[in-house]
Amino acid sequence: MSRVWIAGGRVLDPASGIDRVADVVIEDGRIGAVGSGVEVSGAEKVDATGCWVTPGFVDLHAHLREPGQEYKEDIASGGRSAVAGGFTLVCCMANTQPVNDDPAVTDYILDRARNDSPARVLPIAAATKGLEGKIMTEMAALQRAGAVAFSDDGHTIMDGAVMRRVLEYARMIGAPVSVHAEDRHLVGQGVVNEGPASTRLGLPGNPAAAETVLVARDLLLAELTGAHLHVGHVSTAGAVDLIRAARERGVHVTAEVTPHHLALTEDATLGYDTNTKMAPPLRSKADVEACRRALAEGVIDAIATDHAPHAPHEKDVEFTAAPPGVLGFETAYAVVMDLVRAGEISPIELVARLSTGPARVFRQPYGSLAKGAVADVAILDPDREWLYDPLKGYSKSHNSPWAGGTLRGRPVVTLVGGRIVYDVERGVVAP
Amino acid sequence: MIGRDLLGIEDFDRADLERILETAAHMQEVGLREVKRVPTLRGRTIINLFFESSTRTRTSFEIAGKRLSADVINFSAESSSLSKSESILDTARTLDAMAPDAVIVRHKVAGVPKRIADALDAPVINAGDGAHEHPTQALLDLFTVLQEKGRIDGLTVAIVGDITHSRVARSNIYGFTKLGADVRVAGPPTLLPPAVESLGVKAFTSLREAIEGADVVMALRIQSERLQGAYVPSVREYSAMWGLDRAKLRYAREDAIVMHPGPINRGVEIAHDLADRRPSVILEQVRNGVAVRMAVLYLLAGRAQAGQEGAR
Ligand SMILES: [Zn+2]
Repeated sequence: MSRVWIAGGRVLDPASGIDRVADVVIEDGRIGAVGSGVEVSGAEKVDATGCWVTPGFVDLHAHLREPGQEYKEDIASGGRSAVAGGFTLVCCMANTQPVNDDPAVTDYILDRARNDSPARVLPIAAATKGLEGKIMTEMAALQRAGAVAFSDDGHTIMDGAVMRRVLEYARMIGAPVSVHAEDRHLVGQGVVNEGPASTRLGLPGNPAAAETVLVARDLLLAELTGAHLHVGHVSTAGAVDLIRAARERGVHVTAEVTPHHLALTEDATLGYDTNTKMAPPLRSKADVEACRRALAEGVIDAIATDHAPHAPHEKDVEFTAAPPGVLGFETAYAVVMDLVRAGEISPIELVARLSTGPARVFRQPYGSLAKGAVADVAILDPDREWLYDPLKGYSKSHNSPWAGGTLRGRPVVTLVGGRIVYDVERGVVAP
Repeated sequence: MIGRDLLGIEDFDRADLERILETAAHMQEVGLREVKRVPTLRGRTIINLFFESSTRTRTSFEIAGKRLSADVINFSAESSSLSKSESILDTARTLDAMAPDAVIVRHKVAGVPKRIADALDAPVINAGDGAHEHPTQALLDLFTVLQEKGRIDGLTVAIVGDITHSRVARSNIYGFTKLGADVRVAGPPTLLPPAVESLGVKAFTSLREAIEGADVVMALRIQSERLQGAYVPSVREYSAMWGLDRAKLRYAREDAIVMHPGPINRGVEIAHDLADRRPSVILEQVRNGVAVRMAVLYLLAGRAQAGQEGAR
């Protein structure tokens, strides 16, 4: 019987409400006990003094780029980057090449993940074939193959009738539909938030209404169909208000927000750094504040990274030509710890949004430190300061607005299924 | 303090602008001489790096450089191997290897001159980037108004037309407000940036209200593709509502001057007879462009030897 003894950490388990200094004992890949004075003979000891001990983080939105764009990232490198950020489960988007709209692609991703990724990987399959927004995928077959949700992500389904049918069909099989809610016509050529920043930069603006208009449509369609709508990377105060109101009238809606939309405003784009180009774009201060409040209140269930690796030669171009997106895994914890330090959210609530919350959204049996739970665990040093150098990270790409910056808060040990897969001193140690 | 580069008027303070305008006044004297040439930048190399063609601006910089005795090399995207696949930084590094004393950059995308400046040792002068800034155009406009009116402080300046897509508008907004003018912008709402008042101007959707009592009325060039229904319904409707003519100009001050950065779409932004004669100062603007660009080149490319050799 293999045993790991995590000693002396501040155990934060949102599922059970535990927040106290205690030992965690893991036996054969599952949580054995949480407490003090537990029997720990023959265990591998991990000293967690001064650290948080939490369920491993669950990411509902990441781009692992495999198959097809392995020069940006692959499942192995993405998985290593994930565990270095405390993530033990990553749900990957379908915009691979070929698109994950066929069970064979889903199988391939799961197979590669089993063999090469230290983090668990579960695919989100396309909602429509080829992400074209026209013909539904074989959702039931994809679900049997292992898809946990359906999404066309950035290839937003603009035809409301198609969206309605996708929601109806997904409801039948009990799967969530995750959306990148931006009206493509309103976005137009927009590359930064429409407002003072776009005016000063002279770059085409993307109005907040591009998001709110489509969130409104999708909420109404979720209400019409009774389906589970998951709103990806919420970025505007208007979308937050719509989601809050829909929840209050009983619409089955969940939502996520990214670390960058919680931490950065449109002002970050003022230097034309293409590592500040995201979709949706970085928004106004009022939008950021609304997202932070919604996260604290639980109107937003999850922090999702939207980890989007792009190669240097792709980002090193004109702002308008650069692909949107930034790396997310390794900086997420430090970036969102700012909300705790600012007193806007309690540690246990923050941990809930990173683990228990997202696990519930996609109905996955993770995000808990209860006895018998799968031992996916993150050990986090909330005060550790470190210099973030993407070249020393695990992603194949380096596109981060935090590159070269000093961050505070860092995952120090990550366990998946009771096995230590990452240790800040030794790096990724498995597989 | 004038920095290494000239990327935008936004970066400058009042003293910087005044210094450039004073220098331009000296440079203008050179243009009045029989031999229009001084040795100030002899042995210096200036590269005109134009990713977007603009004969007018390129030629103006070229003449300015030559009057200062610099070697001016034109490096245009059409005549080189530049393409999307060659990254901006690769281009910049290639140029830097040639050790230029200044690089003048024009690009259709906002921000490219800044990216190049970040990668280059040489000073970079922005000759227009997308809808961001066109600082030397604003400097020559300021210079022209100063010559015409004797001051900028306290003047009312109305900028009319496609503000959203105009780098000239942005640079002039910064320039005129920093020097104490009251700046108004006007155009159809589809061509006004929603947050334009955050730049310290007042926005109007009525030409008459915008130019009421104005000392300077500046019409902007409108790209023909914007006139085909997406932003305004038609050329006819645009010129009827926003085209400047002597009748509409009545609402401005009696001694108001009319400006345009060129090239003009005659009969669209500005009526024929208004474009060619007073109170239009369009040709003065072009003439002053050389003096202002000489001043900028002198202050940036001549930095290492500034003070040793005067321009006079
Ligand atoms: Zn997306």
